[in-house]
Amino acid sequence: MTGEHEPAISARGLGKRFGDRLAFDDVTFEIARGEVFGFLGPNGAGKTTTVRTLGTLISPTSGSATVAGIPLAPENGVEIRRRIAIMPESPGLYSRLSVAENLECFADLYEVSDPAARIRQALRAVNLTDREHDLCGTLSKGLRQRVALARALLSDPQVLFLDEPTAGLDPVASREVHDLIAALGRSGVTIFLTTHRLEEAERLCDRVAILNTTLRTIGRPAELRDRLFAKTLTVRTLAPLDDPDGAFAAQPAVEGWRRDGEGAYILSVSDPAVAAPAVTRGLVASGADVLSITESQHTLEDVYLELITESEPARETVA
Amino acid sequence: MSRRRVLGVVRKELRDYRRNRYMIFSMAIIPVIFLVQPLIYILALPAAAAVPLSHQHELLYMLGIPALVPSFVAAASIVSERQQGTLEPVLTTPIRREEFLLAKALAPLVPAVAVSYLVYGIFVIVIELFAHPGVAPALLQGSVVVAQVIFTPLLALWSIWVGIAISTRSTDIRAAQQLSVLGNLPLVALTTLVAFDVIHPTLALAVGLGAALLAIDRLGWRVVSALFDRERLISGTR
Repeated sequence: MTGEHEPAISARGLGKRFGDRLAFDDVTFEIARGEVFGFLGPNGAGKTTTVRTLGTLISPTSGSATVAGIPLAPENGVEIRRRIAIMPESPGLYSRLSVAENLECFADLYEVSDPAARIRQALRAVNLTDREHDLCGTLSKGLRQRVALARALLSDPQVLFLDEPTAGLDPVASREVHDLIAALGRSGVTIFLTTHRLEEAERLCDRVAILNTTLRTIGRPAELRDRLFAKTLTVRTLAPLDDPDGAFAAQPAVEGWRRDGEGAYILSVSDPAVAAPAVTRGLVASGADVLSITESQHTLEDVYLELITESEPARETVA
Repeated sequence: MSRRRVLGVVRKELRDYRRNRYMIFSMAIIPVIFLVQPLIYILALPAAAAVPLSHQHELLYMLGIPALVPSFVAAASIVSERQQGTLEPVLTTPIRREEFLLAKALAPLVPAVAVSYLVYGIFVIVIELFAHPGVAPALLQGSVVVAQVIFTPLLALWSIWVGIAISTRSTDIRAAQQLSVLGNLPLVALTTLVAFDVIHPTLALAVGLGAALLAIDRLGWRVVSALFDRERLISGTR
């Protein structure tokens, strides 16, 4: 079993090459037990190949890893797969079998004890109890995605890999999947979530990593924003200031400033909570008509775009 | 080796066959061809044909049924899972490739053997009831019936391993099925040559062929396991 403080997943310099094509390289991270970890990157960045490697479907060509506390090695494949579940991007259901029959097959593959009860529990978790006799081929994409999620929950995995779980889902279905992921995270399941949807990662993940063949960054979304972007205030005045340099340079909390159009200024500050009142007081004292002072908000999308656009485009890879 | 995992896949496969009209048609058409035309021919034979028939082993041609029927299903077994996207979820479970392949072989073996015996049984009953006097005893020699019973599963399993081996390397179901039938034609040719006495059937030949098929069937599992490369099947590379 995985030790209390042992990471659920750790990778050290992990890489995969298909002949002369590099899928991903030098990937190093640790994921704590119970953590929801987001794995972001553009198409062809190597996200799915990383999941397949950690899921023992393909062998790494460099580096090492442990998954659910077990070293990633061919002889440990079965043991690792007993403790994890992977929900691939495509649900991969047997279309001529009913929902329950699909789950029965996988309950046998995982050798789940009391399969009938477990299947009922998994269907309840994804709110599909009333569709258990429907053939999977007749279900909508959203429902198929939910069946695939129920299948991943059957074995009560320690680590759950979700590869684009909301791809192609409408907002309501996405919301349901998000709620389920959040609930799983709260219940202590370690979740490795690959996604293109940055708001999804920002909402659900404790930490995120951005991959573009190599790992670009890793950390909590707020940390990444702070690390990448200077804290700024946007100041708007009714009329352009006569002496903006004098107005802003006098403030110790202001590290620099630049114009952002007519009567608009962007100030780099060390601490917005200190700088904003001081700047307001200074501007009012100098007779300026202040329209607004707002702290600039950077999203995870800004972080992502900053890192991805500064790096070279994803090389040709195998998804 | 987990019996539950193997049976889980077998159960799933059998459910899938039952609901797949194309698969049912593929498995039914060959037995019908093997049954109807020869029945018409034999029912038309006069009683005088009994003497020459008693020196031949024409019913052995029906061993072509187990040699051909499961090849369609086996040839689709892996490539159809790849095309449906169901292979990856299965391979992410703790199932070992030997378990998966054994299940993939057992699933078509069961209906193929059942269909072969059923068709043979129908054939025997019809000629017993409706053939001219002397024709049925001349055709239904004890050694031929024993050969049919013993060789049916052995030939079916060989045909299945050929089909699965082709399926692991194919990207198109129809192409895999056509190649599989071609791959099993030598077996059909052999049973036909024996049936029409071009190769004279003896006890020694039967024992030798039986032992060889048994060995090949066991070897087939190993060979197909070696051909089954998770990484290539999932990523389409290597």
